[in-house]
Amino acid sequence: MMPSENRKVYDVIIIGAGSIGVPTAYFMAKAGLKVLVIEMYPSVGQASNKHAIGGIRATHSDPAKINLGKRSIDVFSKWQNLHGDDIEWRQGGYSYVAYQEEHANLLQNLVIWQQEHNLNITWLGKQDLLEVLPNLNPDQLIGGTFSPGDGSASPLISAFAFHKRAVEAGAAFHFNESVLDFIFDGSRVSGIITDKEKYYSKVVINAAGGWAKPLSEKIGLEIPVEPDSHEAAITEPVMPLFDPMIVDMRAYPGSANFYFYQHPTGKIIFCMTPDPPIWGTHTIASSEFLPRAARRLIELMPVLKYIRVRRVWRGTYPMTPDGSPIIGNVDGLEGYLLAAGMCGQGFMFGPGVGQLLTNMVFDNLVESDRVILDNLSFHRNFDVVERLK
Amino acid sequence: MPQNRINSHPILEIPESITIEFFWQGKPFHAKEGETIASALIANGVNIFGHHPKDDEPLGIFCANGQCSQCMVLVDGKPIKSCMTKVKPGLSVMPADGLPDISSLPIEETISSNEHKLNEIIKIPVLIIGGGPAGLSAAIELGNLGIDVLLVDDKPQLGGKLVLQTHRFFGSTKAVYAGTRGVDIAKILTGQFEALDSVEVWLETTAVAIFEEKTVGLWRAEQDKYVLVKPEVLMIATGARERSLPFKGNTLPGIFGAGAFQTLVNRDLVKPTDNLFIIGGGNVGLIAGYHALQAGINVVGLVEAMPQCGGYKVHEDKLARFGVPILTSHTILEAKGKDHVKSVVIAEIDKNFQPIQGTEKEIPCDCVLIAVGLNPVDEFIQKAKEVKMPVFAAGDAEEIAEASAAMYAGKIKGIEIAQYLGYDTQKIPEQWREFEIILKSHPGEVISIDEDIHHGDVFPVMHCRQEIPCDPCASVCPNNLIHINPDDIRGIPEFCLLDGKNCIACERCVAICPGLAITLVDYRKDPLHPIVSIPLEFPQDKIKIGDTLPVTDVDGNILAHVLVKYIRTLRQFSHTLIVRVQAPAEVATRIAGIRIPTGWTQEEDSLDKYHQQTEQENIVCRCEHISADTIRDLVQSGVRDINQIKAATKATMGACGGKTCLSLIKKIFREEGVSTDEITEPTQRPVFVEISLETLANNRQEVQQ
Repeated sequence: MMPSENRKVYDVIIIGAGSIGVPTAYFMAKAGLKVLVIEMYPSVGQASNKHAIGGIRATHSDPAKINLGKRSIDVFSKWQNLHGDDIEWRQGGYSYVAYQEEHANLLQNLVIWQQEHNLNITWLGKQDLLEVLPNLNPDQLIGGTFSPGDGSASPLISAFAFHKRAVEAGAAFHFNESVLDFIFDGSRVSGIITDKEKYYSKVVINAAGGWAKPLSEKIGLEIPVEPDSHEAAITEPVMPLFDPMIVDMRAYPGSANFYFYQHPTGKIIFCMTPDPPIWGTHTIASSEFLPRAARRLIELMPVLKYIRVRRVWRGTYPMTPDGSPIIGNVDGLEGYLLAAGMCGQGFMFGPGVGQLLTNMVFDNLVESDRVILDNLSFHRNFDVVERLK
Repeated sequence: MPQNRINSHPILEIPESITIEFFWQGKPFHAKEGETIASALIANGVNIFGHHPKDDEPLGIFCANGQCSQCMVLVDGKPIKSCMTKVKPGLSVMPADGLPDISSLPIEETISSNEHKLNEIIKIPVLIIGGGPAGLSAAIELGNLGIDVLLVDDKPQLGGKLVLQTHRFFGSTKAVYAGTRGVDIAKILTGQFEALDSVEVWLETTAVAIFEEKTVGLWRAEQDKYVLVKPEVLMIATGARERSLPFKGNTLPGIFGAGAFQTLVNRDLVKPTDNLFIIGGGNVGLIAGYHALQAGINVVGLVEAMPQCGGYKVHEDKLARFGVPILTSHTILEAKGKDHVKSVVIAEIDKNFQPIQGTEKEIPCDCVLIAVGLNPVDEFIQKAKEVKMPVFAAGDAEEIAEASAAMYAGKIKGIEIAQYLGYDTQKIPEQWREFEIILKSHPGEVISIDEDIHHGDVFPVMHCRQEIPCDPCASVCPNNLIHINPDDIRGIPEFCLLDGKNCIACERCVAICPGLAITLVDYRKDPLHPIVSIPLEFPQDKIKIGDTLPVTDVDGNILAHVLVKYIRTLRQFSHTLIVRVQAPAEVATRIAGIRIPTGWTQEEDSLDKYHQQTEQENIVCRCEHISADTIRDLVQSGVRDINQIKAATKATMGACGGKTCLSLIKKIFREEGVSTDEITEPTQRPVFVEISLETLANNRQEVQQ
């Protein structure tokens, strides 16, 4: 064994400089921890983070996610005032629109539950909803939810800003570096071996997104995270038309959910959940996405037929069987934390997860942290699926 | 209303056209049927097409080629590219001032995604993107073999940039129509199509993307249809796009790419300027300058950063003979003007390309061409490789070179594609590939030539001082007295008398030389006052028998004032005037050109005369208006992944998708001493050309009622 003074020793090693890893590095470094982030890509956010469309909400149907969402909104919404970086946070809200009775019933019941959980969300009938979304297709519209506290920010700029501030706080980032193996001290994970170096730490965090499963396999741990791929596109910019992220839950040939919002620059960003899912980490745009998604978009907001699509991209949703993240310890594997399986919500949960993991490392958990960790435990029963993914 | 149109041209016929009326900001304007909105606006004196939503700076055309997205206007409320959209009677066109407001545009009916079935993907052996010299040549080879080919081009006519080239082409007469004008080569190649049953052509069809399933998305503008095509082989002949150059005020209306200028002047016969300034002494800049002169536009100057122009010497000489100031080791510092360029500030540069203080000069002009080189339109090649599609490329998309090389490469690629598809074709001879390399070669050193050698009492003088691939003079001499090595046509032509064969003064070599670098001296009638035949490509009404005009040497120095004795045109070499002058014997062989009266003056103004300072920045990303300083700060802060520059600034993420700024960003890295292998290239994402959501959404099979 090398003499200890030559070892590269950190308090925390985070694997993955993405939606989770970068804000986590920021919070930990700011809290005084010596942090190293290992990333296989040449810079932050280059795997799946940059493919996220930027939606951030607290109005989930699971208490753990609600809590993570609230914490994240708190961080995103205050970021510019605290640090001066314009991460394009915009509190435009979310609106789930219902064109079918089934969805109207589901959403109305959920709104009652969400209101009980202190979420700022209401059900709007057709006319009230059209006040909020005047260009929404009124044909067969029943109504929809509106949660004005939710919003969006730029994943690209956020990752850039979180990284900048994490580095200022002392976090080290190693890019173009891949983890080959883990170092054990008995049953305790005590470091990693990369293609360049060995590093030691008290805690190693798996924040490897779509690559979390193969990374965990190096430690002999099977985690139920399977990436599937989703596509998104962006239009040319137009004058402001609407504020909230609009979600349409209808199933159509080839697709399930469809959602879109107008970016502060005026561009419309839209995304579609493929049905059936397309498993794997595809990154090249498919032939079918644009014509199908364009049709769904114009169906929902007919006036958008006047504008052009500018760019299309495809990214990875690291899915778990129940659609919720896996966060926390693994029994029998001390020193190894999972922050994986974000199911496409890594960006919106990133700051919340970062704060939570920081509390964990300092063994400074509050009650709400415990609720999250219980609900999102690796050891939970994955058979129960959330009502509103 | 007077219009900025070219009403007489030495090469191009002015076609009869129907005048139509459209509306700009509610005011009626006249346009020519079939022209683009951009050309119609410029013909009507409109140069500002809108104002940038970010900083309210004025916007005008830059590429006129559907690439740069700077020329957006609103047509009936809908944002479109004015350089790619034809003007129609009654059209209401508005400037794109800030962001378009579409909130109140009419909705006649809504659509549903119920039972949405996409149209069948069209399968075809070969898809060729681009109907320029390379694409046409490949298609002709494939068509001759009866192979089914779909050729698409985004313009309303075939020929690519050949249709902008009014000059005779260099290269090989036998292989690639050297000695013929580009516009005529386009007609020859297009004509060869008509006999080919297996080649289908879709004009006004833009390739927008390549997808994972090895399909290509095509937008057929005329039908406004989005079509997916899956070829067995993809051939990319998409040509090149122009490089931009960052300098203060570089996005002012009136500053555009040389290709845009040629499109306006030579394709659309629109005159965007009276006083033109050119940045760049490569072939593109030099030829554009010559085309300007032919269209009656004064070229007030040309700067080239290198100590010599990079283009063919004969092209440079054509400008020099007209007195155009060609300033090598000079650069542009700034373009000035509020809404439109009014002047440029230039300066001499040292060997490190740094401006030398005290050498600044301000030159008034109303149009600036950026002709600092071309970049391949190669995003389709990259994407095709990513999805593992069999892909071939030729012409500028593969490697920037002359159109003659593109034709030859296209022909070879056509045969290679046939072989790939399993057709039993001729083996491609090794000499062909060597010949392709010759056609692509850069010009050699400029040598000095002795123009005082006499070959009897009548003979041509070759004012050709540089090795370039070109052989028309050798091919046209009826007595084979002009020699160029047929195995390497880059050599300088030599005239030598053969036994019993003399120059018959047919003047064919004078007429065909693409460089206008051959004169004929005839001492037979009067040895002291020989007749010199000089080629001239200017309107016939600018010169007449009996005029006394200055003649110049090859560098543009005036040698004498001489009497015009006779003017003629050879039937097979139309539009090239042969002007016979009577000249003093002592200068006769050195005469290379004749200067016709133009009324142009060259003026230079002192710097302090112009007080208004440019407020504009030095823009790298035209779409998002990101300055060179912003990019440089990031590079200096340690950013090496261009994806980070995208994230931080949105550069490359605008309408054009990095088509103009990416190469400039890389240039900044180089200037900052960052080597290429330290830089991470950004991800290239489709769609490579914006396409209407409605057009995409209408890709569906009709649902049976």
